[in-house]
Amino acid sequence: MSALPKFEPHSQQDVKATTCYMCACRCGIKVTVEDNQVRYIQGNRDHPVNKGVLCAKGNAGIMKQNSPAKLSTPLLRKPGTERGAGEFEPIPMAQALDILEARLRKIRATDPLKLAYFTGRDQMQALTGFWASQFGTLNWAAHGGFCSVNMAAGGLYTMGHAFWEFGDPDWERTKYFMLWGVADDHASNPIKIGLEKLKRNGGKFVAINPARTGYQAIADEWVGIKPGTDAMFALSMLHVLLKNDQFDWEFLIRYTNAPYLVVNTPGKKGHGLIARDSGGHPLVWDMEKDEAVDGTQADIMPALFYEGEVGVQPVKSVMVLLAETYLDAQYAPENAAQVCGVPAESIERMALEMAHVAFKESIEIDVPEGWTDWAGRKHYKFVGRPVSMHAMRGISAHSNGFQTCRAIHFLQIMLGSIDVPGGHLAKPPYPKHIPPAIKPAKHCAPNTPLQAPPLGFPTGPEDLVINADGSPKRIDKAYSWDAPMSNHGLMHMVITNAVKGDPYEIDTLMMFMANMAWNSSMNSAEMQQKLCTQTDDSDPAEPQYKIPFIVVSDAYHSEMVNYADLVIPDTTYLERYDTISMLDRPISEPHVAADSIRQPVITPERDVLAWQEVQLELGMRLGFPALVNEDGSRKFEGYQDFIVNWEKEPGIGFLAGWRLDEHGKETHLRGAPNPKQWERYAENGAFFEMELPAHMRYYRHANKDYLKFAKNAAWVGSTEQIVLELYSETQQRFKLAGQGLYDGPMPTQAHHKERLSTYFNPLPFYYKPIEQCRVDEVEYPFYAVTQRPMFMYHSWDSQNAWLRQICAQNFLYMNRARGESLGIVDESWCWVESHNGKIRVQVKLMEGCQPDTVWTWNAIAKRKGTWGLDEQANESNDAFLMNHLISELLPAQGDAEDKVTNSDPITGQAAWYDLKVKIYPADAGETGTWPTFPAIKPLPNAKPSPQILRYQTHEAVNLKRAFKDVLARGSVHDE
Amino acid sequence: MKLGLVIDLDVCVGCHACAVSCKQWNTSGTTGPLTDYQPYGEDPSGVWFNRIRHYEVGDYPHNKTINFPMSCMHCEQADCVDVCPTGASYKREEDGIVLIDQDKCMGCNYCSWACPYGARELDRESGVMKKCTLCVDRIYDENLAEIDRQPSCVITCPANARHFGDFDDPNSNVSQLTRERSGYQLMPELGYKPTNQYLPPRLTRPVPTDDVKKKSLISSIKEWTNKAIAR
Repeated sequence: MSALPKFEPHSQQDVKATTCYMCACRCGIKVTVEDNQVRYIQGNRDHPVNKGVLCAKGNAGIMKQNSPAKLSTPLLRKPGTERGAGEFEPIPMAQALDILEARLRKIRATDPLKLAYFTGRDQMQALTGFWASQFGTLNWAAHGGFCSVNMAAGGLYTMGHAFWEFGDPDWERTKYFMLWGVADDHASNPIKIGLEKLKRNGGKFVAINPARTGYQAIADEWVGIKPGTDAMFALSMLHVLLKNDQFDWEFLIRYTNAPYLVVNTPGKKGHGLIARDSGGHPLVWDMEKDEAVDGTQADIMPALFYEGEVGVQPVKSVMVLLAETYLDAQYAPENAAQVCGVPAESIERMALEMAHVAFKESIEIDVPEGWTDWAGRKHYKFVGRPVSMHAMRGISAHSNGFQTCRAIHFLQIMLGSIDVPGGHLAKPPYPKHIPPAIKPAKHCAPNTPLQAPPLGFPTGPEDLVINADGSPKRIDKAYSWDAPMSNHGLMHMVITNAVKGDPYEIDTLMMFMANMAWNSSMNSAEMQQKLCTQTDDSDPAEPQYKIPFIVVSDAYHSEMVNYADLVIPDTTYLERYDTISMLDRPISEPHVAADSIRQPVITPERDVLAWQEVQLELGMRLGFPALVNEDGSRKFEGYQDFIVNWEKEPGIGFLAGWRLDEHGKETHLRGAPNPKQWERYAENGAFFEMELPAHMRYYRHANKDYLKFAKNAAWVGSTEQIVLELYSETQQRFKLAGQGLYDGPMPTQAHHKERLSTYFNPLPFYYKPIEQCRVDEVEYPFYAVTQRPMFMYHSWDSQNAWLRQICAQNFLYMNRARGESLGIVDESWCWVESHNGKIRVQVKLMEGCQPDTVWTWNAIAKRKGTWGLDEQANESNDAFLMNHLISELLPAQGDAEDKVTNSDPITGQAAWYDLKVKIYPADAGETGTWPTFPAIKPLPNAKPSPQILRYQTHEAVNLKRAFKDVLARGSVHDE
Repeated sequence: MKLGLVIDLDVCVGCHACAVSCKQWNTSGTTGPLTDYQPYGEDPSGVWFNRIRHYEVGDYPHNKTINFPMSCMHCEQADCVDVCPTGASYKREEDGIVLIDQDKCMGCNYCSWACPYGARELDRESGVMKKCTLCVDRIYDENLAEIDRQPSCVITCPANARHFGDFDDPNSNVSQLTRERSGYQLMPELGYKPTNQYLPPRLTRPVPTDDVKKKSLISSIKEWTNKAIAR
C-alpha cells in the first residue's frame, strides 16, 4: 500500500470527555479540540447511556458552539425604551450581578413570593430547586409541567418509577415492544440502540402513533390511532386479557395491591378507601385463616378476588373492582374500535400476542447465589415476562394523559412485566416508594428558607398548597384545586397568571433556558403581548409593566431574550462545569447506577457566566444559610467547590462517585467529600458508574438486598417492600373531596367539585380530552399534534447551520386521500383554524397519517431576527408554530372553567395535543406563513452571520494521485 | 481489498446521525472544508457526502415508510472515474476507494453526471468535486484506536445500521452480513457493480395467539376461583 500523508495534527489536538447537551439524553462524548476549536465530537464508547454512538444533534455540536446567536455580554434594557423593542445596552457581568442581587435582596426581605423562578430544559433541578428553597419562594418549577409530568406522575404513583429517565425496557431480553406515541427525542440514542437489539433478537416492535415517521418506520406493526384515545386502546386490551384469563396471578398477589380490600360504601364518607387494621395496615382476605389480615405480611394466602364484609364494612378486593370495571362492555374491542380507530380484531390480537409472549415465552434467569425478597426469603431464579413498553409526550400532552399513562402501566403490571427480565426496568435511584415521600412546601416567610422543597408528591387534599379560602398560594396555581397533583408545576401558566394578578402580582420573573415568548408557550403571539403589558398608570417615558422585571439567562439570542429587562448570558454546554446528579435525574441504566459531569473543553471568549455559577454567587451574596457561615462569610468558592463539599445529608452530595470513607479511602455512593472528585470524574470519561450485582437486578421493588443498598445510597427512605399501586387511594381521596365525602379540605366551587369527581379515579379510565368537549367537533374535525424530529431538539437547533439544512421549514402533514377529498393539493398553502386563532401553512400529503389527524414537526419556526438567522430564513417565512392555535386556557363556554388552565385536571400537564382544527385551501396568491411578526432588532454587539461557511480546524491534507497512476490506469474498465 | 459499507434498512430509523457525523468529520478532513451556502439564510444548503432519503411505499393503511441513506457506492465499474478528463477521479488499487485528487479536479462536473447514485457534490466555493472518501483519513490512522479506524458514519450510527469492512474477505463482517441477510446492490442493472450493500427489512415473526385464547370467555368475576398463592 502506498504511504498516506499525515492527515491529522494529533500533536496539536486534545481529547476531553464531557456530556452532550444537544438534547436531554445526556450521552457521553469525547471532544477533540484544536486551538480552542472543536475538531470532532464522538460518542464515548464506555458511556452507559450511548455506548459510543451519537445522534444527528450530538454530531452537530460544532455548529452549536459556533452559532452566531451566542450571547456575548450581559444586556440591560435601555432606560425609557419599551420592553420587547429590542433596545439593549451591553453591561459588564459584575454590574449585571449587582442589579440582580439588589432586586432579589429586597424581594427576599419582604415577600419572597414576589419572585417567580422558572427554568426550562435544564437538567439541574436539584440545584435550582435548592436555590429556590433557600431563597424562600414557593414559586419555582422547571418545565415538566408542559413536558411530561403525566408520565412521571403516572409512573411514580403506580409503580415507583416511570418511562425514560426513571426506567427502560430490558432491551437485551424483551421480545415484544410497544412504543406509544411520539417519543423520538426522549430518549434519543438509547431507544435507537434498543430497537436494533430487539429486531436483531427477533422481537416484535409495535408502534402506536397517528403518524408513521421516525421510529415508527421500522415497526413490524403500525397502529395509526386517533390522538388522545390511547387509554381506550390500552384498557380494551386489558379487557381482552381478563376475558381470556391472561394475567399474572403470582405477580399481582405478591407485588401489587390487587388483593387489598377496599371499603365499598358508595355515597358515604370513606367509600373507596382501603380497609385497614387498627395499625393502619391494609387488609386482605386470607384464604387459610378465612379472615381479613394485615396484607403486608409475608406468607399469608390472600384471596385475589374477594367480596364480602370485614366487621360491618362491605369490602371488595382491588382485583374485583378492577375486573368489574374492565370486563364492562364499553371496553370490548368492537366498542373501543369506535373510539380509537383501531380495528377490533387488531386490539384483540395484540392483547393475545402480548399474553403469549409474557406467559408462553417467559424467561427464567438463574441466580446461583440467590436473591432475597423483601421478607427475607431466598429465591434462585428471576422469572421474566418479556413484554415491554415506552411512552412519552404523545401520551403525556393530553388532558387525559395521567389516566392514560396509568392504563399503560396497568397492562404492564397485569402481564407481570415490571422490573422483571424482558420487561420494563427501573433505573437507579428508582424505584421509589409510592409516591416518593416528599410533600410540597406550603409556607414561606421573608429571609427564610422553605421547610420542604417547592415540589413534592401530594397524597391527599391536605397536601395542597392553598390558602384557608381555597385560593392558590403559587403563582402557577400548582397544587390547587385546578390541578391538585401538579408535581412539576405549571410553567405554561406563569405569565398569564402574573399579568392578570391572579392569584397575585409578582415583582420579578426569572427564567433560565426557557423560550416562553415562543415555542415553549401556548398562544405564543398573545404571550408576547402579555410580556409587554403595561400597568394602567404606566408612564410612556418610563414604562411600568404588569410583570415589573424580567430576568432571562440563555446562551443564545432566543425570542425570550428580547422580552428581558436583564439578560445574563450563559455559557454553552462545551464551556461549563455541570453535574447530572443522582439527586435529580441521573444517567443510570437499569443495572448501572451512574451520574456524570460536564467540564469545559472550550474557553469562552465572551463576558458570560454559567448559570450554575450565577446561582451560587447570588446565593452567597444573599446569605442563604446553606451557603454562608454564621458570620456571613462564604462557605464555598464557587460551583465546583459547592458540588464537592455540600452535603444533602451526611455522606450524600450532588455526585455519588469517588467520595471518601472513614479511612479517607475513595468509595462510592455514600461518603465524605473528596477534594479530588472532579479530577476522578474527568479521568473516568466524565461519568461514574456502578454495576449492580446479579442478584439486585430485578424485582427491586421487593428485593431486600437491593432496597438495603438503595437506602444506604439515600435513594429510598426505607427498606420496606414497594407495593405497586394498581388501586390509587390518593386518587380516591381527591375524588371523595370532590364528592363532598372527604374528612379534610374540600373544594367549595362547583367546577372544582365536578372536576375532582369526574377525572380523579382510583382505577384509570378513558375520557375524552377536555378541549374536545368544549369545541364544536363538526366545525373542527381534525386532531392536530406535533411530532419530534430526531435530528432536532425543540427550538435549540434552528440556529444550527447543519441541522437546519435537514429541515428549515415544517409542513402540515395530512393523509393524502383525506386531503384530496377536501380539494387540498400537495404543497399548497392552507389555513388552519382552531377555537383560538388561525395560521397559514404549507401542506404535504402523505400516506402514513391517520385520516382524522394533521401533524407537523415541532418548533422549527423562528421569529425574524432571532437565533442568528437572516430575515429571509425559511424558519421565519415559511415555517409555522402550531402554538398559535393552542390556548393556555380552556376554550371559553361562559362557565367557570373558562379561566382554568388547558391542562390535565389531575397533574396540570399542558394539553398541547388536545387541539382540534379545521383546514381549508388559502386563496390564490395567499402564500407564506401567517402570522408573521416584526423582525427583532439585532443585539448591540451581534456580528452578522456569514453567507458562506467553510468550517475546518486545520487546512486539508490532500491525498494526491500520482501522475504515473493516471497514465497507467486511465479507466477502471481497463483490465 | 474491497472496502465498503453495509447498510441495514431493517433498523435505519432515518435519524441523520450518519450524515451529520460525516459532515463534521470531513469538513476538517482530507477534502474539507465542506462548504455551506446561506448557512443562516434562505434555503440553506451545502456539501454533504451522505444524505438520507425518506419515502413511502403503498397506500394508507398499507403504507410503509422507508429511510434510505445514500453515499458513494465505491463502484467496481465506476464511470465517474472513466469520464474524468484530468485524472483527478480514481479508484485506489489497494482498497477500491474512489477518490478525487483535489489538486487535479477542475470542477467540470462530468463525474457527477456519470454517477447514477448522486454521490458527488461540487464545492462551489473551491470549484472542485467532493465525495465520500470512506474516511480514508481515519481508517488507516494508527494514532486512532483500532476500533476507531472506521468511517465516522459507522462509528456513530445509533441503530447499528452501518457496517464497514472488506468485501474481498469472505469472513469479514460485511461479507457475512450480506450473505446471511440477503444483501443487495442498488440498481445492479446499471452495471456499475456498486460495492456497498443494503440489507432488506427482516420478515416479522408471527406471534401465535391460539395458546392463550380461551374458548369460552370470562364474562363475570364469579367465573374465577381463587388460587392458593402465598404472598
